[in-house]
This record gives sequence, structure tokens and C-alpha cells, in this order.
Amino acid sequence: MAHIVATLPEMQRAALAAAYDQAVAARRRQLLLGFSVFLVALGIAVIGAEVNPVMFWNKLGNFTSYFDRLLTLDAGGRVWTHPSDWFWGIKRWLRLLGETALIAYVGTLSGAFIAFCACFLASRNLVHSATLRLVVRRVLELLRTVPDLVFAMVFVVAFGLGPLPGVLALTLHSAGTLGKLFTEVVESIDMRPVEGVRASGGSWLSQVRFGAVPQVLSNFASYALLRLEINFRGAAVIGFVGAGGIGEDLLIAIRKFYYQDVSAMLVLIVVAVMLLDMISERLRHRLLALEGGR
Amino acid sequence: MSGIRVGFLAHAAEMPPPPRTFSVPGMVIVGAVLISYLTGLVVLDISPLRIIAGFSRLTDIVRQMFPPSPGSMDHFWTYLGALGQTLAIAFLGTSAAAVVALPLGFLAARNVVAGRVLHFLTRRAMDTVRSVDTLIWALIWINVVGLGPFAGALAIACTDMAGLAKLMSETIETADNGPIEGVLSAGGGRLAVIRFGLLPQVLPIFASQALYFFESNTRSATIIGIVGAGGIGLYLSEMIRVLEWQEAAFLILLVLISVAAIDVVSRRLRSAIMGMPRG
Repeated sequence: MAHIVATLPEMQRAALAAAYDQAVAARRRQLLLGFSVFLVALGIAVIGAEVNPVMFWNKLGNFTSYFDRLLTLDAGGRVWTHPSDWFWGIKRWLRLLGETALIAYVGTLSGAFIAFCACFLASRNLVHSATLRLVVRRVLELLRTVPDLVFAMVFVVAFGLGPLPGVLALTLHSAGTLGKLFTEVVESIDMRPVEGVRASGGSWLSQVRFGAVPQVLSNFASYALLRLEINFRGAAVIGFVGAGGIGEDLLIAIRKFYYQDVSAMLVLIVVAVMLLDMISERLRHRLLALEGGR
Repeated sequence: MSGIRVGFLAHAAEMPPPPRTFSVPGMVIVGAVLISYLTGLVVLDISPLRIIAGFSRLTDIVRQMFPPSPGSMDHFWTYLGALGQTLAIAFLGTSAAAVVALPLGFLAARNVVAGRVLHFLTRRAMDTVRSVDTLIWALIWINVVGLGPFAGALAIACTDMAGLAKLMSETIETADNGPIEGVLSAGGGRLAVIRFGLLPQVLPIFASQALYFFESNTRSATIIGIVGAGGIGLYLSEMIRVLEWQEAAFLILLVLISVAAIDVVSRRLRSAIMGMPRG
């Protein structure tokens, strides 16, 4: 087969090739510049975080041996050879795990409720007063930026030790994150039902109730479920500051080197998180199907 | 007027009854959710009385927080240094996570690695790593490399590696097949397909995902100090423990400002990266 490739006249081709080379070189320069900025920042971060590669290399053996110890019973032997020894505290741990789940559940639901009330006030398409919107948005932003553990630390002082400060911390933090997501959902709704209610003389509340809410509920539920997954992980460590759940026992076990207890609790947490993720994923797919069928 | 009303009503009488807004299974679900919520309140010993009593103490605390102040100039510089350390932890952790996640993401992508077993194992391993919170990883790493920010960076790298690898593998799986087939039809090998067909498509998205993780990591890095893994969290938990509310408020304010600043910068960078012509 003969190759027939029509080429441009030399002059035209040279000009185009030069332009192409220039464009590529510019991109390459930009990339190189970005990369060197990144490297400099990395260098500063390495110094700031007191990274010590030699020490890391020397102690890396500790990491593997740590897991080796995690999987060894105090009496000797691998943990899975005597599951009843390994999970000797299963009753207490399961109760604490249940408490953790309840903290996450109650916190998420209360947070979702606050977010539900706030999101309509923060939506551009439902509220005309810019000040009201701004205030609600700023409050939600504040709630979302303060980490839940910081809330928990403050609440432990105010409300005393126990699950209550944990629940309140998760409530506030979820209200902030869910509030933002809910607002985005509300701002993307179809406005015709809302206008229909308004045209027939409905008050603002009935516009929201009959125009907006039916469109957003399944989306809200799906976001709340996603938040529940995140909050369960959060609730597992919120006990580190004394706010209930399995975290406190875990912290003590890690600090005091009760290796087999640490691994047993970690296994329980991982299994519980995976179960919850699985259930919640199923439910969310159902909810999405509901959305599609509408 | 009354005529219109009557006509309207007469018309309404002919209409089918309005659809029921509440279905029976819906009611059951709502009931179950509410009942478990109330049970939770009882089991967790949450009573309005306790909340009200706590709130009066809380307002006291909030009142004592104003005006936020670092206490002394000495403390101010210490706190600023700790903030820098926090950012360093987040940056380092995210960078390390991204570097490790890149090959893992390709391993876990269905369209790159054909082995089902390998694909499944990578995914499960990452899920396991991800389901353990950063704070727990921090405690584990403290046992390995000792107290300090290095343990924090490693903890963030651990959790994020798994999360980023998962996101990356999903991105790779949804990549456009056109460029890949182009490279294949031009006689490119497996590596050439990845280098010229896949990477140009996915790299900008990866970079933006990594930036997003960096944003959220600045938040996690602020609390990682609570367990002794470096950064501003150590001082924050200390100030709360000794009830120095003004200084605690100052630290919280510092965190809020820096998180907001990083959000703005990262959003700019992300849109710049995504806007860059790919190829």
C-alpha cells in the first residue's frame, strides 16, 4: 500500500511546528514550576513535621512486630487459635460498640433535623433576604469547620463525662456538614411545584412543605445515611476525650499495651463499620431508585 | 362569588380522592426510626434536665472565651509554630498517601488489572485500613516511631492512602476508552497505554482529589495532637483541660482561619488544574 500523506508547504509547516513546540514548552515550564513549588513546600513540611527517614527505616521493624504482637495472645500462640481467650471481654465490648452505634445514630438524626430546618432558610431559591441566608450559612460553616472532637472536649467540661457530650458534638458537626449538602439539594429543585403552591395562595411554610420537601426527602435520607457511616467512625474515637463509646477502652488498651484486647476491639470496629457500610449502601441504592421512579 | 364556590366544590366532588401522602411501609419506617431514636435517648441517659443544666455551664464557658487571646507573645509564637506543624503534617501525609495510592489505584482498577482475585483483595484491604480512624492509626504509629508530628503524618498517610486509592481506581474505571484504543491501534504496549492513553486523562483529576484530601486533612491534623501526634491539637486539648478558655478560643479561631484560607487556595488550585487543557 502506498503511503500518501499530503504535507503542507515547508514555510507554513515550520510556523505551525514552532507554535506547537512553544505551546508544549510553555506547558512544560508551567508544570516544572508547579512541581518545584511542590518540592519546596514538601521540604519545609519535612522539616516542620520532624521527619527522620533513618529513624523511620530503623523502626519500621517495630511496625510489623507491633502487628505481630497484636495477633499474639498474652498466654502465647496466635489469637485465632483461642478465639474465646481473644474475645474474653466480648460482652462489655459489644455493649460499648452498641453505645457507639447509638451515639452515632442519635447524633446523626438530631444533626439531620437541625440541618433540615436550616437548609430551607439558607437556600437562594426559597429565601429572598440575603442577610438571613448569610447568617444561616455562616453558622453552618462554623459548625462544620470545628472538628467534632473539639466540640466533644468542650462539651465534656460542660455536660460531664459520658455519651451526652459525644452525641451533642456529633449533632453539631453533622448539622454543619449536612446543612451544606441539604442546601445544595434544595437549590437544585424544580421550582414549578413551589410556584404552584404560591400561586394558589400557600404560605411560605406550605410552599416548603408541599413544593420543596417531597422533592428532596429521598436525597436528604441518602446524605444522612452517608453521614451515619462517617459518624460511626467518629463515635468510635470520641471516647478518647471521655465522651462515651468504645473509644475510651480502646485508648486505655493501646496506651497500656494490652495487645490482644486492641486487636479484638479493632476487629469488632472494622466488622461493624463494614456491616454498616454495606447496609447503608443497599439503602442508599434503594433511595436512589426511588428518586429515579418519581 | 358563592356561585363559583359551589361550582368548584361540585367539580371537586367528581375528582378522585387525593393520593395518600403516607404509605403504610413509609409509616412503619418513620415509626421505627423514631422509636429507636427515643430508645437511644433513654439508653444514653440523655434527659432535658441534663441538657439544660449543661447549657448554663456552656454559656458560662462561651462567655469566658471572649475575648480570645493567646495569653502572651511567647504563647502566640508557640501556637503559630504548632499551626505550621499541623499544616506540615497534613501536607506531608497527603503527599505520601498520594504517592502510595497511585500504583494501588491502578491495581484496584478493573480495566487495568485483569486478575479478579488481586482486584478484590486490594479493595478489601483498603476498606479495612479505611474503617480504622486516623486517630487510632496515630496511636499505633506513636508506638512505632514515638510521640511527635511524624506519627501524625504517617497516620494521615495511612488512612488517606486507602481513601485516595479507592477514588483513583474509580476514576480510572470511568476513563474514556478512546485514547486507550488509539494507543493500542497504533501498536502501543501495556505501559504505553497507561502512559499515553490513561495518565493524561486521570492525572488532573487525581491532583484535584489529592488537594481535596489535603483540605480535609488540615481538619484532621488539628485534632491529631490530642493523642500526642504533633500539631496544634496538643495545645488545644491542654488549654481545654486546664480551663484556659481564652487561649482555647484563640486556638480554635486560629484553626478556623487557617482552614478557611486553605479552602480558598485549594479551590483556586483545583479549578486551575481542572481547567488546564489535558493532553
